[in-house]
Amino acid sequence: MFNRDRWSEILEALSSNWFRTVLTAFGVLWGIFILVILLAAGKGLENGVKADFGDIATNTMFMWTQTISKPYKGLPKGRRFTYRLGDVQAIKDNVPELRFISPRNQLGGFGGSNNVVRGLNTGAFNVYGDYPEIIEQQPMDITSGRFINYGDIEEKRKVAIIGEGVKTALYGSNEDVLGTYIKINGVNFIVVGTYKKKSQGGDSEEDQKEIYVPFTSFSQAFNRGDRVGWMAITANDGSSITELKENIFDVVKQRHTIHPDDDRAIGNFDLYEQYSRIEGLFFALKLIAYFVGTLVLLSGVIGISNIMLIVVKERTKEIGIRRALGATPWAIRGQVLLESIVLTIISGMLGISLGALVIYAINKVLDANGPVDMFSNPSVDISVVISALIILIISGLLAGFIPAQNAIKIKPVDALRTE
Amino acid sequence: MIEITDLHKSYVMGTNTLHVLKGIDFTVNEGELVAIMGSSGSGKSTLLNILGMLDEADQGTYTLDGTLIHNLNEKIAARYRNKFLGFVFQSFNLISYKNALENVAMPLYYQGVKRNERNEKAMHYLEKVGLAEWATHLPNELSGGQKQRVAIARALASEPKVLLADEPTGALDSTTSYEVMEIIQSINDEGKTILIVTHEDDIAHMCKRIVNLKDGIIIDDSIISQVRVKATSHV
Ligand SMILES: Nc1ncnc2c1ncn2[C@@H]1O[C@H](COP(=O)(O)OP(=O)(O)OP(=O)(O)O)[C@@H](O)[C@H]1O
Ligand SMILES: [Mg+2]
Repeated sequence: MFNRDRWSEILEALSSNWFRTVLTAFGVLWGIFILVILLAAGKGLENGVKADFGDIATNTMFMWTQTISKPYKGLPKGRRFTYRLGDVQAIKDNVPELRFISPRNQLGGFGGSNNVVRGLNTGAFNVYGDYPEIIEQQPMDITSGRFINYGDIEEKRKVAIIGEGVKTALYGSNEDVLGTYIKINGVNFIVVGTYKKKSQGGDSEEDQKEIYVPFTSFSQAFNRGDRVGWMAITANDGSSITELKENIFDVVKQRHTIHPDDDRAIGNFDLYEQYSRIEGLFFALKLIAYFVGTLVLLSGVIGISNIMLIVVKERTKEIGIRRALGATPWAIRGQVLLESIVLTIISGMLGISLGALVIYAINKVLDANGPVDMFSNPSVDISVVISALIILIISGLLAGFIPAQNAIKIKPVDALRTE
Repeated sequence: MIEITDLHKSYVMGTNTLHVLKGIDFTVNEGELVAIMGSSGSGKSTLLNILGMLDEADQGTYTLDGTLIHNLNEKIAARYRNKFLGFVFQSFNLISYKNALENVAMPLYYQGVKRNERNEKAMHYLEKVGLAEWATHLPNELSGGQKQRVAIARALASEPKVLLADEPTGALDSTTSYEVMEIIQSINDEGKTILIVTHEDDIAHMCKRIVNLKDGIIIDDSIISQVRVKATSHV
């Protein structure tokens, strides 16, 4: 099918009117270029937004308490309640599909007053009482020292891991940090580690201004007893937290005498649900890119079809001669189809290359100017290129189909008579 | 070689029907050199096109080399044209962007002959019409007579059983006409069956038999004594 003669015939046909060929090719080139750029832009946006999730275990939810909104078993609505350490154990026992359940307590918070003192320096920081697992749920890089371990938990050691932002606020640039003391709400903690969070989100500055201390020592130092402020719960890889969370709520509701249908009593933020929603959004975006790109491509394909019609018309006599010499209908049809496919694919490949070049340039610029919020590393993967190629071949076939049919519709005798 | 009986052909144009061939009976044996004559519009080209399977008759039978040609689909018609028939047209009908050799090689391409063999054969036929040195020239670099000789070489390349020529000398002056006829006579001498449509008496008399058409029927069909083109040198 692809012998030398075929190729030279195709080349002859395409080169007989270069200007027209190039103009025609441009339609398809443009279409596929748009498709590639749209897909890459979508990917860039997706990469950017997903980077905001960082390495956070996305199968995670955060759960806190709110006001009870339904009377139950003689108890009125409007009550408040507090998680206890017993709740954590009960959830562990009743919902086995969970990987981590980290009870957490917190001091400070957005806009809080200064709560941490070191020598003459003071600052307002979020202080968390945490279990060691939290580092799996909200990954951070330990830049020096270590993170909380179970020894700290059991012995209620007053140790603290501080963010790089805390370090800058409380320490001089070449001061040793490890082994020094900081005063949190008047209680001395010894700094054993520093961290830096990977998240690239807009609040990345805030993320580095946190202090982690062992849950047990936090409770003791700040008189929390067995109370738990909130929990970070991660499901096993096989299950989704979104499906499991009702089971968790049921355990909590039963232990705190809350009406089973009370949806307001427990507040939660479900990362998995958010993540799925974003996944869905990007899927839709990709569909739109394909839709728009394909439409633009279609106009290019129609252009090719149009030109092929003209070419066939111009060559009516030649086709008549070829048929008199013994060309079968398929030889003629195949020639026209092949011509249109070759034209489509070549211009399409040029479009893909041009798109790749532009993406490469954009990446260069992005790299040079540092990260941009919500956008990073736009790219098209090989599967996109392959599907674009398939689309092109099909388009070429479609574009050539009507002209090919036209080429053999006319009787040889009539074809020969045309001038 | 060719046998047709009671052949009819009409052209329908709107409400008018033009009855062009009104019952042609006609046999051509192998090795004949037949001139078909008749006034303009008498249906000569129509007849030749039907014989060439470029067009179909409305009625009647046509047998070519023992094969009944009837209701052919285009694929088989193409194969028969390629295998049985060679065409020479008044306006040469060479493909303008292909050189002489490539033009001659075309029927072989559609036969699926390999490139090397194809070019060798095409060269052989170009030599036969005396145009070996012109092999790489494009048609517009050739004179009318040379073009027609390339066309004859092309018609011969697929080694057809019958050569059909519609006014092959119609566009040529008398000297070049004679050159073309000389080639046709020599091919006929080798045993090829040839049918020529012509207006010119002298050309017709260089054949061996003249069939006269008038208003769609044969009014005269006679064997003549052939006038040989005296040997003139090729250009
Ligand atoms: N495709 C067609 N449609 C309609 N009429 C046609 C067609 N082809 C030929 N005719 C008519 O049929 C008649 C015979 O035409 P044909 O070409 O066979 O004549 P001819 O003998 O070859 O004439 P000439 O010597 O001028 O070439 C003419 O009157 C012509 O107008
Ligand atoms: Mg005629």
